[in-house]
Amino acid sequence: MSISAPRGLASSGQKPITEILHPLSAAEEPLSPGPDVTVSGGRDKEVGLTNGTPVETPSPASASVLFNRLHLDDDLDPDTRDPYADTETHDLFVTVDDPKKHVSTMETYITYRVSTKTSRIEFDLPEYSVRRRYQDFDWLRTKLEDSQPTHLIPPLPEKFVMKGVVDRFSEEFVETRMKALDKFLKRIADHPVLSFNPHLNAFLSAKDLNKRQGLALLTKVGESVKSVAGGYKLRVRPPEFCALGEYLDTFNQKLGTIDRIAQRILKEQSEYLTELREYGTVYASWAGSEEELQRPLEGMAGCVTTCCGALEDMSENMSQDFLPVLREYILYIESMKNVLRKRDQSQAEYEGRLEAAVLRKQEDRTPIPAEVEKCQDKMECFNADLKADWERWQSNKRQDFKQLLTGMADKNVTYYEKCQAAWESLITVLQDKQTEDKTSETN
Amino acid sequence: MADDGREESLGTDDDSDQTGADGSLNNTMVEEGSTLMRRMEICVAEAEKRSGKNAVSMQETYTVYLIETRPMDAVAEGRNPAPDCLWRRYSEFELLRNYLIVTYPYIVVPPLPEKRAEFVWHKLSADNMDPDFVERRRVGLENFLLRVASHPVLSNDKILYYFLTEEHGWKEAVYETGFQAKADSRLRALSATFRVRNPDKCFMEMKHYSDELQSHTSQLLRARAMLRCEAYCLYLCAHPCIHCSEWSAIEKEMGDGLQSAGHHMDAYAASIDDILEEEEHYADQLKEYLFYAEALRAVCRKHELTQFELEMASQDLISKKQQREELATGIVRTFSLKGMTNKLFGQEAPEQREARLKLLEDLIAEGEETVKEKTIERAEHVEKAWVDIQRFKEQKDKDLREALINYAVMQISMCKKGIQVWSNAKECFLKM
Repeated sequence: MSISAPRGLASSGQKPITEILHPLSAAEEPLSPGPDVTVSGGRDKEVGLTNGTPVETPSPASASVLFNRLHLDDDLDPDTRDPYADTETHDLFVTVDDPKKHVSTMETYITYRVSTKTSRIEFDLPEYSVRRRYQDFDWLRTKLEDSQPTHLIPPLPEKFVMKGVVDRFSEEFVETRMKALDKFLKRIADHPVLSFNPHLNAFLSAKDLNKRQGLALLTKVGESVKSVAGGYKLRVRPPEFCALGEYLDTFNQKLGTIDRIAQRILKEQSEYLTELREYGTVYASWAGSEEELQRPLEGMAGCVTTCCGALEDMSENMSQDFLPVLREYILYIESMKNVLRKRDQSQAEYEGRLEAAVLRKQEDRTPIPAEVEKCQDKMECFNADLKADWERWQSNKRQDFKQLLTGMADKNVTYYEKCQAAWESLITVLQDKQTEDKTSETN
Repeated sequence: MADDGREESLGTDDDSDQTGADGSLNNTMVEEGSTLMRRMEICVAEAEKRSGKNAVSMQETYTVYLIETRPMDAVAEGRNPAPDCLWRRYSEFELLRNYLIVTYPYIVVPPLPEKRAEFVWHKLSADNMDPDFVERRRVGLENFLLRVASHPVLSNDKILYYFLTEEHGWKEAVYETGFQAKADSRLRALSATFRVRNPDKCFMEMKHYSDELQSHTSQLLRARAMLRCEAYCLYLCAHPCIHCSEWSAIEKEMGDGLQSAGHHMDAYAASIDDILEEEEHYADQLKEYLFYAEALRAVCRKHELTQFELEMASQDLISKKQQREELATGIVRTFSLKGMTNKLFGQEAPEQREARLKLLEDLIAEGEETVKEKTIERAEHVEKAWVDIQRFKEQKDKDLREALINYAVMQISMCKKGIQVWSNAKECFLKM
């Protein structure tokens, strides 16, 4: 057996396979890779059983699916199966669109169409189209959090909206929410581990999402992480996670400031727009009492109106594109902090148990129990997953903000171009009259 | 003085330069071919603070303005003699203008820049000593002088000439003209407005128009002040990208891109001040016509007054003639106390009657003279005023069109700046 260590565990160094693989998988005999599975060396590979992947209670279907995948892994070029490679290996595409309102006696709500295209064999069909509502997305997220506690789950748009203040059924609100849900699913679909989560599969493919029954997929890892005994206090966070924590705090602050500023700007822009409209009206009414100057003044009024329209478009962009992304990242930070905390807990537990075990060993020579080693593995999984996700998140963040800021720059340029065009055409009108006058004078 | 109309014989900087340092002169003034403007180059060069004791012996600080004049032919010939100059303060300009208004009631007299700063949006109190205000006033005063000196009628006035050339003794000369006595009392003018029966329709339309002009320009100035207020707040809000420099400090990869974008934003925010300053000039042009509306209305009111006085004089004449008729024929048509007392206490003696008749005849003769005078006065005023009103209309149309063009040009340059800044910022973002 020469499966090389998955990349995520680089920090823990090379270890024999029994210790590398998921603690759970060691117990699940039928599913551990048999000796005949060989993997060409060098490149890390995503084997279906790497840390964090929840494994169902053995059922023939899934076992064979996984097994098949393992064989597939052999055939394919290792590079393309690199879980942490970028979009090259995209084989799962999801889209959220087509919002529809549903009115029932009990409630009114919106559903969205979730379309999936995939070549993955975990899915029975290559295409799916289902309708889901926000609650369903929320269910998915909770399930993912529970079953993949060591990973960073993307945030959902805010759940609660003040009924009086925001219209839940307004086009704008629904549009914004839908875009955020689309982003949420896409991020998950892009994630090398999360995208294989069975809950996701169910979400994308099941006709009816039977949430109450659910798939009892809470893995032992999930359980054990959840049930980390209290009382373990973290002593020292490793430096890389310290830096992460600090960054999160500072970034959170910055985002908060920027969000406030952006909101303020929107408010000022709307007030400015009101004044600008009033300004245009005055020109129009003045035009009424003039003869020669009527056309020029009407021209001014028209020009100002055009500028108003251009400004409105730009404000719309700010509120529909810019702000939601800021919000999303603020939410992301929350969930990151949670994951970081859980990681701290698992480290604390390990260190606590280790200390206790070492003491006992010193006292009466009892060997370090397997428990402790399991804890260590857990912690190391956690560290590795978190690190990997952190890298991805950084890279996504850069892409997102780059796109956001360039988009904003574009919108601003368009605004100024529109205004400039309006004023330039006005000058032509004004100057035409002038040349008319001059020629008539000299005649 | 050959008056050949429209050529730009006035050399130098303040004639056809429409956006010169003072920004106030435009083609209408030059093309009028007025006498004074052609003889003399005028400018209000400086402003200075002075202190002194005023009429009630209290210490006060005021600003004086330096008026410089040079003979035009010298300038045209390329000689550059030192200008004659004198200092005048705002109140003296006011005195000059009041004199002109009274002496030429059929002329739409150019207005002075505002006495106190109004329509000020960014200052808590209007401060007359504020350097910006003083500077804009200087420009406004120069504009006033140039307009007056290029007016076909006003430019010939002697008092105006002395204003520009005699620093001392000018005030005495003005008072000596006795213009203050000729001034129409407010009460009279107001009463005329209410009681006149047949004012000329065109003048009434013109008066209505002056109201409209005043209302619209003042609305526009107010709307514009509000707009500037908002625009300032908006830029002061500091666009999120201005905070990029802070943000960039904590980002590894995005840092440089954010920081350079932030620099561009800062530069843009700084440039807004310049733009707002330029736009102030547009407001000044609007203000001039706001005050011009007042002057136009004054001419219309004068018409009402002359018309009213004519009507009064005619009315008076008619009633006197009626009295004479009654006296002569003994038939009382209208009720009069004399008639009553006559009925009650008997007729008066024939000698008394004769005397009264004679008096009446004299009064009637006087009255006829008055009516003649008033008729002429009214007719002259109508004729001259209408000429000047037409001139004013043309001037206003040209000036305001100019102003709108300049405003549009300014907006375009603002847009171009905006495009440039954001394109640069985009470049920075793409490199992130």
